[in-house]
Amino acid sequence: MVGAALANHSPGARRSRPLWHRLTGGRDAIRRPYVIFALPAMAVVAVVMVFPWLFTLFMSVHEWKIGQARSFVGLENYARLLTDDRFLSALLRTIYYTALAVVAPLVLGTASALVFHRKFPLRGLLRGVFILPMMATPVAVALVWTMMFHPQLGVLNYLLSLVGIPALLWVYNPSTVIPSLVLVETWQWTPLVMLIVLGGLAALPTEPYEAAQLDGASAWQTFRHLTYPMVLPFLMVAVIIRTIDAVKAFDIIFVISQGGPGTASETINIFLYLQAFAFYNIGYASAVVVVFFVLIIALALVLLYVRQRSKWSP
Amino acid sequence: MTRAAGRYRLRRILNRIAFALAVLVIVSPAILVFLWMLSLSLKTEIENIAYPPVFIPETPTLANFIQVFEASPFGLYLVNSLIVTGSATLLAIAVGVPAGYGIAKAKAYRLAVLVLIARITPNLSYLIPLFIGFQMLGLTGTLWPMVITHLVITVPIVVWVMIGFFETLHPDLEEAALIDGATLWQAFRYIALPLSRPGIVVAAILAFIFSWNNFIFGVVLAGRETRTLPVAVYNVLTFEQISWGPLAAAALLVTLPVLILTVFIQREIVGGLAAGGVKGG
Repeated sequence: MVGAALANHSPGARRSRPLWHRLTGGRDAIRRPYVIFALPAMAVVAVVMVFPWLFTLFMSVHEWKIGQARSFVGLENYARLLTDDRFLSALLRTIYYTALAVVAPLVLGTASALVFHRKFPLRGLLRGVFILPMMATPVAVALVWTMMFHPQLGVLNYLLSLVGIPALLWVYNPSTVIPSLVLVETWQWTPLVMLIVLGGLAALPTEPYEAAQLDGASAWQTFRHLTYPMVLPFLMVAVIIRTIDAVKAFDIIFVISQGGPGTASETINIFLYLQAFAFYNIGYASAVVVVFFVLIIALALVLLYVRQRSKWSP
Repeated sequence: MTRAAGRYRLRRILNRIAFALAVLVIVSPAILVFLWMLSLSLKTEIENIAYPPVFIPETPTLANFIQVFEASPFGLYLVNSLIVTGSATLLAIAVGVPAGYGIAKAKAYRLAVLVLIARITPNLSYLIPLFIGFQMLGLTGTLWPMVITHLVITVPIVVWVMIGFFETLHPDLEEAALIDGATLWQAFRYIALPLSRPGIVVAAILAFIFSWNNFIFGVVLAGRETRTLPVAVYNVLTFEQISWGPLAAAALLVTLPVLILTVFIQREIVGGLAAGGVKGG
């Protein structure tokens, strides 16, 4: 839906048209009155979203601690970010986290979609069960995973011991904390990828498959040469949504590891939280928000561009 | 029966078994974590810290659930959650359903993109300015900041789902009404709106779920008296008592309404109606 709606408007806006027309897309006299219906919602969006964006820009050029006077410092906060080792390592960590948290759900979600695409008894019910992780309250599941990760009493190490694998420290070890958190994120968000790919599979034509079967193609060949190219646009949508969500992951990390041990799982979002609400560096945190915001929008645009191209490739 | 036919049947049976195993493998992680949550919540503390772990409680007990209500003002937090999520969902329906209609009819996709940007930016980015705004307005300590910030989650979900819904709604009836002299508002109110009830139900449930699940706003904005359930479970139960049983019981109570609602709209979620709107974080 996201991709489809975005693909619906032409990228090249006609600059000569008034801003209002460009926003609403309504040069058409008949269509314009309908926009009135959107005004109350737009008022809400202006107050709770657009105002915060603008105010954040204002704060980001000030040295401002909660409870203290603010002073204008220009772009100093941004300059400081570039040399802040803690921020830069949080950035690298976010990239590492995101890469894992996109690839794992993508592979597993696609495999699950191929399974759920076939008809079998109880399919509806099992599909319903399968999507529960992505709807469940993140704090609640994070707490249960915390107990499961417990090095001495946790059920995960017990299960490993059954197959002869030595106990792991999971989120208590700086080198395994991010993969462990991604394990939870994968558990949570594989269903979303599955749903998107399943939607793609449902839209596939059946004739090429019948032809492939007649030609004696193997299951792998059918997947590689038929299914994969045809669901590629849907995979791209899944990549876009997963990437954006993984970059801004918060609940799971905050509840399970609080960015620790030390700063081993401190991503940009956790860094931002600490700057704003633990250290009360409002100005500096606002600069982080602006950089983060630009980063996410840029990421979305790049991925969208790649998706547009993948749609038209043969 | 020839040997070839027998071998063919054997292969089909083996295929089926392999497929059933595949289904089992992909569904079991989802269900097992929730069953483990249930198991932890029904066991005594002795069984919960036993090693090897006890999977099925030998003496199931509801003591953990009772303790949740006794050891914390769980009832208050439940009411807080209902007020915050309920108000944010109702307000979002009130402004979001007409907005979805207007955007779908006017094909005003640039407005839709504005809502989409709101969907993809991190929730934390709204919190700093809103936090300061609420302090200036003297609203801290009330539920208002929570209701207002939860609109950040609910409004985009409702608008997205309703745009998708109204795009598929056939315009014939409304056009007939307009030709007969109805105003745009009347065509919406008496024709499109009654037809859109299934879409509104899905939008409301999704908005409810993601507002209910929200944690980050409450962590920053809620005081001791204004905590919603996810924040309460994190704060009160993690820090004031470390035992697993009551913690798992509280976690289960918080997420149970969501799991039930999910089963209720499972078909719409799978059908992709909500694919873009899903997840408000």
